[in-house]
Amino acid sequence: MATMTTTTNLPATQHDEEVLIEQLGYDDHFHEHHHGDKYKSNFITTYIFSQDHKMIAKQFLITGMFWAIMGSLMSLVFRLQLGFPQESLTWLKPFLGKWIVVQNGVGSLSPEFYYALVTIHGTVLVFFVLTAGLSGTFSNLLIPLQVGARDMASPFLNMLSYWFFFLAGVVMFLSLFLSTGPFSGGWTAYPPLSILPQASTGSGAGMTLWAISLVLFVVSVLLGGINYITTVLNLRTKGMTMWRLPLTIWAFFITAIIGLLSFPVLVSAFLLVIFDRTFGTSFFLSEIFIGGQALEHVGGSPVLYQHLFWFLGHPEVYIIILPAMGLVSEVLSVHSRKPIFGYKAMVFSMLAIAFLSFIVWAHHMFMSGVNPFISNFFVIFTLIIAVPSAVKVFNWISTLYRGNIRFNAASLFAIGFVSLFISGGLTGIFLGNSAIDIQLHDTYFVVAHFHIVMGVAAFFGMFAGIYHWFPKMYGRFMNETMGKIHFWGTLIGAYAIFWPMHYTGMAGVPRRYYAFDTFETFRHFTELNQFITVAAIVTFTFQLVFVINFFYSIWNGKKLTVKNPWGASTLEWTTPIHTGHGNWEGKIPAVQRWPYDYGKNGREFIPQYEPLGQGERDGGH
Amino acid sequence: MSRIKMRVQTVNMEYRSRNRIHPQKFALWVACASITMMFAAFTSSYLVRRAAGNWLEFPLPTVFYFSTAAIVLSSVTLHLSYRFFKSGAWQSYRIFLLAAFVLGLAFLALQYQGWVALQQMGVTINTNPSGSFVYVISGVHAAHILGGVTALGVALLHAFVLPFKATSARKLRFELTLTYWHFVDVLWIYLFFFLLLQP
Repeated sequence: MATMTTTTNLPATQHDEEVLIEQLGYDDHFHEHHHGDKYKSNFITTYIFSQDHKMIAKQFLITGMFWAIMGSLMSLVFRLQLGFPQESLTWLKPFLGKWIVVQNGVGSLSPEFYYALVTIHGTVLVFFVLTAGLSGTFSNLLIPLQVGARDMASPFLNMLSYWFFFLAGVVMFLSLFLSTGPFSGGWTAYPPLSILPQASTGSGAGMTLWAISLVLFVVSVLLGGINYITTVLNLRTKGMTMWRLPLTIWAFFITAIIGLLSFPVLVSAFLLVIFDRTFGTSFFLSEIFIGGQALEHVGGSPVLYQHLFWFLGHPEVYIIILPAMGLVSEVLSVHSRKPIFGYKAMVFSMLAIAFLSFIVWAHHMFMSGVNPFISNFFVIFTLIIAVPSAVKVFNWISTLYRGNIRFNAASLFAIGFVSLFISGGLTGIFLGNSAIDIQLHDTYFVVAHFHIVMGVAAFFGMFAGIYHWFPKMYGRFMNETMGKIHFWGTLIGAYAIFWPMHYTGMAGVPRRYYAFDTFETFRHFTELNQFITVAAIVTFTFQLVFVINFFYSIWNGKKLTVKNPWGASTLEWTTPIHTGHGNWEGKIPAVQRWPYDYGKNGREFIPQYEPLGQGERDGGH
Repeated sequence: MSRIKMRVQTVNMEYRSRNRIHPQKFALWVACASITMMFAAFTSSYLVRRAAGNWLEFPLPTVFYFSTAAIVLSSVTLHLSYRFFKSGAWQSYRIFLLAAFVLGLAFLALQYQGWVALQQMGVTINTNPSGSFVYVISGVHAAHILGGVTALGVALLHAFVLPFKATSARKLRFELTLTYWHFVDVLWIYLFFFLLLQP
């Protein structure tokens, strides 16, 4: 044991690692029970119906990428129509068919399909990309690896979780090909557009498929969430106390709790919508006349739907942003070679955000006729969210401060995340005020706010995570130069798209409008509008750099030669370069210290499996 | 040396004590929390919608009292069956399990009778939201009961087909079924009193 204390002052070598894990690790007799690969498997169980959390993570990621590209392409199509209404879109006819209406030789996007594209763009990005693609990917990849578990608590439910998501995607994809078009009532699916089939073209079969897809999606989220929570609480390795968990795990854990408590409420709302649609009940429909004919529905309340929807909807934005925050915390700490500043403050601020997220939903409804005295309550709690958010931003910046920062693609995206989170967060303070919201609600100001703070920022967290953990996923590196081109293009591009929207929004330009040519007052924004569209196209092109880099690197990237390329202290880097199902070949490493011992005792980093030296204090406590 | 060894020992103890609850049981509790949220949403919608007026008042049909009695009895018999399972009283275990299963089916049948009684009172699914809520809440709850009855059916199959042996795997399966069944029972008691008293 005397050797143990001396090694504390030396850099850990491969040999030390093996010795320490062998001596102190936790023996679950994994390989005695299952000679070799427990899950000895064929092509189908390895690549398709896999129960390995790492493969499921890749499935979530690549499906998420597919939907990200689909969703972005949709936004490009409606941005073209918005920015250049005079230009002919006839060249899109081979793809969009009858949805391109040709008049006097000028093809334009039909208004119905414009709304459908806006709706599906929102649904797909919020749910399929930034929920499943982000927390699905990284919760699956990192929870077992970083807490020191062989796999999830229930690998089978985990597999089901992916396939429900896949099915949800299939149903949504099919709805794009309906002759009446996909659902077009906005991603929030407010009644009556979501209930009365005669309300719009997409409200019939389109809405039916949309609702089926979303219910399948919620099942996927719940199955995943149950697994994440159980794994974090029950399958941590020896010595992995809650205060030794990396912030990524804290983030995924809290995210899963939020999801589990809020998504069922969305199911309730959808069930009531489905009853209103099919059984003629009137939960959400008040007296409505269509074409002079009174409908049978009496006495429902559309605002009730909004309450139920936003009870999920607001926590949902934290379901999106918290995993990104966790990834960014980890990436920033590793690449600035410094411990995360204020570890516990980071955890408590996430818990505070999670709690507050449940009591602020009505700030989405200030203009829906909510009692202004009740609005007061929601304004106050909304503004209080600025406190834990500011704590986090302060800690990220303090982590970077005087750090020995490696400016690679992963850390650049993490720093970019902090920038976007500040810019987008500040406009949230504007919108959280019910009085200012009178002017700003339903304008491009809102569009700019949420795209920056939870759209682009969450994407940046995701990119940081992908560049950082790609070596763990595929045993190869992504190309750094392409990564940096991707970063600068996306950062500048994203600001170019969304910064101008703040100005149009403050001037009152409403969101979700098909055209502005009837409003004289908005005419002077025509050039700005064109600029936004061009910026969107350019930014999309930079994403193609990422996609090419990603797929090229899977097969041709620079090979990983060491287990721990970034010099990180967390457990996922103690697994073999090509990690098999079961993660560790021998014992599971036991955890002896918190995950952020960087630049300590004259060493660059001290891995979590290394025991504390004489008189050394554990960092997290 | 001793310091590290002690540390390892305490960690070992911590590790054992933390795993007191089986991961699958824990997962079931988490799922129950999730289901609770769903019904919390229904009942709070009920309150909000009722406060908005245009609300038909009607008494809950008496048959719901009987269904409530059935589900409570079913919970009790299942618990007894579990006791007998643990003490190795093979015959009693099977009989009480069968009783729990039959009472579970009876609950579903009685709920259906409740809906028929509502229809006869003139409260159909789309007469007024006050009635629609009763149908939706009891209907979604019945769907959860159906899941429980299926689990009981599997348990019954085990009890009557497999030779009696209290293995830890079978005990775990039984305990999972038991927890879920108690949960949907308590859930119904809450919903029943909620609809009865209309707070």
